[in-house]
Amino acid sequence: MHFPEVLPLQSGASIRDYHLAYETYGTLNADRSNAVLVCHALNASHHVAGVYAGQDKSEGWWDNMIGPGKPVDTDRFFVIGVNNLGSCFGSTGPMHNHPDTGEVYGADFPVVTVEDWVNAQARLLDRLGITQLAAVLGGSLGGMQALSWTLQYPERMRHAVVVASAPNLTAENIAFNEVARRAIVTDPDFHGGHFYRHGVIPKRGLRIARMIGHITYLSDDVMNEKFGRQLREGIDLKYSTQDIEFQIESYLRYQGDKFSDYFDANTYLLITRALDYFDPARAHAGNLTRALARATAKFLLVSFTTDWRFSPQRSREIVKALLDNRRSVSYAEIDAPHGHDAFLLDDARYMGVMRSYFDSIAKELQA
Amino acid sequence: MTDKAAMQALARLVPPGSRVLDLGCGNGAMLDYLQRERGCSGYGVEIDDANVLACVQRGVDVIQLNLDEGLAMFDDNSFDVVLQIDTLQHLRNAETMLRETARVGRTGVVAFPNFAHWPNRLSILRGRMPVTRRLPYQWYDTPNIRVGTYKDFEVLATKNSLRILDSFGLQDGQEVRWLPNARAGTAVFHFEHA
Repeated sequence: MHFPEVLPLQSGASIRDYHLAYETYGTLNADRSNAVLVCHALNASHHVAGVYAGQDKSEGWWDNMIGPGKPVDTDRFFVIGVNNLGSCFGSTGPMHNHPDTGEVYGADFPVVTVEDWVNAQARLLDRLGITQLAAVLGGSLGGMQALSWTLQYPERMRHAVVVASAPNLTAENIAFNEVARRAIVTDPDFHGGHFYRHGVIPKRGLRIARMIGHITYLSDDVMNEKFGRQLREGIDLKYSTQDIEFQIESYLRYQGDKFSDYFDANTYLLITRALDYFDPARAHAGNLTRALARATAKFLLVSFTTDWRFSPQRSREIVKALLDNRRSVSYAEIDAPHGHDAFLLDDARYMGVMRSYFDSIAKELQA
Repeated sequence: MTDKAAMQALARLVPPGSRVLDLGCGNGAMLDYLQRERGCSGYGVEIDDANVLACVQRGVDVIQLNLDEGLAMFDDNSFDVVLQIDTLQHLRNAETMLRETARVGRTGVVAFPNFAHWPNRLSILRGRMPVTRRLPYQWYDTPNIRVGTYKDFEVLATKNSLRILDSFGLQDGQEVRWLPNARAGTAVFHFEHA
């Protein structure tokens, strides 16, 4: 959907003539009360569920969670997936043209924040004629957007479902983002972010960024279980320093290669920056309780015990701030082995809690 | 102690409209009852996955926490009533948790199996740990790692400067106020911090 009007951004800059890619699933009911907005994380899009006709492996990134008869049941809910500004899956991003100059944005794409994304999503809902959402749902960075929704548009939503998320990033988390960004920025093919003009892609940087990201999304245990010290071929060491010998090396390189084929380098920088900046307590001298006083939604928070990038402790901070404000909140801490990635995987306890929570939202719709 | 009469007897200690924290809330039946019948609000705390799910299913707000890690998440006096119903006997840090209950709640209600109930005494006299309807486990597989009596709790409450507002036994859903330490399978204490 095209938006000709100016969207003011948190930085003081603005963007106009932009496009938001979105998909919807299910049917909006007569009183327009059953809409659920799904917010995506770093490497995802508006394509949250279902498959594209005739395309293999085109399942949406949260297809196990969202669809007919699934925990977020599209037979009952009208689900909306939106690709965020600055991303590289269809919405306006750094690979598109600046309307003033007609040149590719590249490094000149404005820095966008979680709050900016939420504002853009709200404008999309205006166009779709939805004044109040039944729920906003997101995991990781998507969870930050769901949380931000409760502060920016408390009257426009009834439930927030925040999975494997945090009220801000820790220093260690920002550090991982910075390593990834340095890998991209120091790639000779990056050209200060204007690589499109040179007809190249900083694939080396993107690969390394993805490799380090991938390590942090898994747990030590699951990585050991999956790869251990297995060698790729044979049982003998090659006594090389540059060959791929261990399975884990092969896996990370494969993931890095795959990622560098489709992901945009400037998008990586923008999205990790949005992660770094998100901190609703900042305007309240670090006091999350005061920051969340505006929220009126009912909350479900879910974390995973082996997630060290968005640890349960961070979710508990949000729970505590909501308790201090006497808000309705439930919190499930799922003892799953898969680290941060667990939020995208099937776990009976996780799926059960999500299904039950959305069932109760559906019951409210009928009441 | 899921018995309806017992639940109602305990619910009478919770004033209508109270903000309640139910520690070890199980499947959320008590909070559900308090919300529907007594206009209360609040949260349950549970460690068990199946119980957390049951609470979400019935629309009771639940926080998944290990009570042995304390109640740091909850502010002083942030609840009108804190319930510990059949919870104390499972806690490694039972005394700490009792203090935490008193800190977080303006009042507390604790109910637990009274080990001095006469059938238990009889069993011990016979030289065997009791296995009853109220304490249905063998000594080697019981989740009840703290066994105490009605009288024991009075001593613990005094030690922790708790003011007992009311106390009684519960047996077959009925209040037992005469010799509760011998005549009731469940001990109930309603207290506030001094």
